[in-house]
Amino acid sequence: MQPTSDVARDLASIECRLNGRRLQAVVPVHRTLLDFLRNDLGLTGAKRACDVQVCGACTVLVDGMPVSACTYLALEVHGKTVETCEGLARDGRLHPIQQAFVDAGALQCGFCTPGMVMITRALLNDHPRPSVEVIKAYLHGNLCRCTGYKKILEAVETAARACAAEDRAAAT
Amino acid sequence: MLQPFRLHDPATVADASNLLADLGEEARAYAGGTELLLAMKQGLLHYRHLVNIKPLGLSGIRFDEETRRLRIGATTTHRAVEHSAVVAARAPMLASMERHLANVRVRAVGTVGGNLCFAEPHSDVATVLLLHEATATLGSARGRRVVGIAELLRDAYTTCLHPDELLLDIEVPELPPNAGAAYQKAAFLERPSVGVGVALLPAADGSTVAEARVAVGCLGPVPVRVGEAERALAGAPLRGRAFERALDAALDAVGRACEPVDDLYGSAGYKRQLGVALMRRAAVAARDHAAPARGGGISATD
Ligand SMILES: Cc1cc2nc3c(=O)[nH]c(=O)nc-3n(C[C@H](O)[C@H](O)[C@H](O)COP(=O)(O)OP(=O)(O)OC[C@H]3O[C@@H](n4cnc5c(N)ncnc54)[C@H](O)[C@@H]3O)c2cc1C
Ligand code: FES
Ligand code: FES
Repeated sequence: MQPTSDVARDLASIECRLNGRRLQAVVPVHRTLLDFLRNDLGLTGAKRACDVQVCGACTVLVDGMPVSACTYLALEVHGKTVETCEGLARDGRLHPIQQAFVDAGALQCGFCTPGMVMITRALLNDHPRPSVEVIKAYLHGNLCRCTGYKKILEAVETAARACAAEDRAAAT
Repeated sequence: MLQPFRLHDPATVADASNLLADLGEEARAYAGGTELLLAMKQGLLHYRHLVNIKPLGLSGIRFDEETRRLRIGATTTHRAVEHSAVVAARAPMLASMERHLANVRVRAVGTVGGNLCFAEPHSDVATVLLLHEATATLGSARGRRVVGIAELLRDAYTTCLHPDELLLDIEVPELPPNAGAAYQKAAFLERPSVGVGVALLPAADGSTVAEARVAVGCLGPVPVRVGEAERALAGAPLRGRAFERALDAALDAVGRACEPVDDLYGSAGYKRQLGVALMRRAAVAARDHAAPARGGGISATD
């Protein structure tokens, strides 16, 4: 029988791009991405609420796809790009998605907002011109206890238009 | 809080299998971790070793023209299935079910294999695969074997996998082009509380049901096919009052076959009624998709 080839580790070295910057770190393999971001890196945008993947407060993007950072190992981001809401603003200007949430008044306590903003980012990556049905399908896993969702939907629709306009401007 | 564990990155299925055999009950395969890490965080499961099976090359989707089967690797994510053009063309009911499974985040990370191997009684995947009469390929350092979905799922949270075995892939036979199939579910938050489906395979002339498949999920420890309901529908004309009468008999059988329990999502009686009501919708939709049109799926109710 062939000897079993195995790499066993308690610690993992990770190298990734976080909000556009190269990041190298060593993390215990059992560190969640949410703890890594919040406690090790001080990026407290992503929030812990349900801790069981149903509320979306901890939503961040890994290679453009939304994940629940509360239930995702930090080591999995090795070789990938990670985006959190801290990476959206450019040169002191809010990202159109963030601006749309402000303009629509789509928040009250704001605890769900970083997750809402990031799921909107994921939505617009996949569907630059989303229908209301598609918006609802993406947002259905993100809970808000305050707003009643109407203004959040408005903000997402505005954000979609603003991002599309920005893309058109960039293309010309 | 997650308690510390060691992560193993074996290179091959045989290596993973040997590791699982050596480490015994202290170890578990780790794919997307959407169930495993959750249960470990909550202190419901304890493992000192996780064996990462994502690098084993078990992900991917392929349609074999010869066998008319869709092959879906165990570590293929729900998202990959949801976005696959091949799945949409060959198994539209499966594609539609995947679009409504959990939420976008769980679909991006969770795998089809992880869903089946966890054997959560509230699985949409298992019920739809039962309707397709899908098979699962299991592998270990000792070899491979192929089992049906009903054989794979022994009981709630229990599969027929040996401790050193991995699920490698599932094979999903395409339904005949004139078949109609539909899956319906009711879900609060994410997981389904009831999920039922019907596939109707018409006779060559398209006027009667040659074969009916009826599957009930979430209303018992494992999803089941309801033979009595299938026999009630088999041979029935696809149109008119006679179909309705056969359907009524099938729905009676469904009501008797399910074993719901009272929980946060409803009383047993309520869930039984919901199952029967959703089954009626699924059957009518399957009938409407059958014959002239291609086999199709309709979206879940959620
Ligand atoms: C919030 C939430 C909502 C959900 N909603 C739904 C829903 O609506 N419908 C539905 O059907 N499901 C639902 N699920 C379940 C979801 O489909 C699973 O969480 C997911 O598919 C599990 O895959 P994973 O790769 O993350 O598995 P993991 O968590 O990595 O593993 C789960 C279990 O399977 C074992 N395992 C994994 N892969 C293999 C393999 N190839 N061979 C042997 N053993 C293996 C692991 O050892 C572990 O015991 C939901 C889950 C969550 C968390
Ligand atoms: S905290 Fe992660 S989904 Fe709720
Ligand atoms: S604004 Fe308070 S939870 Fe959404």
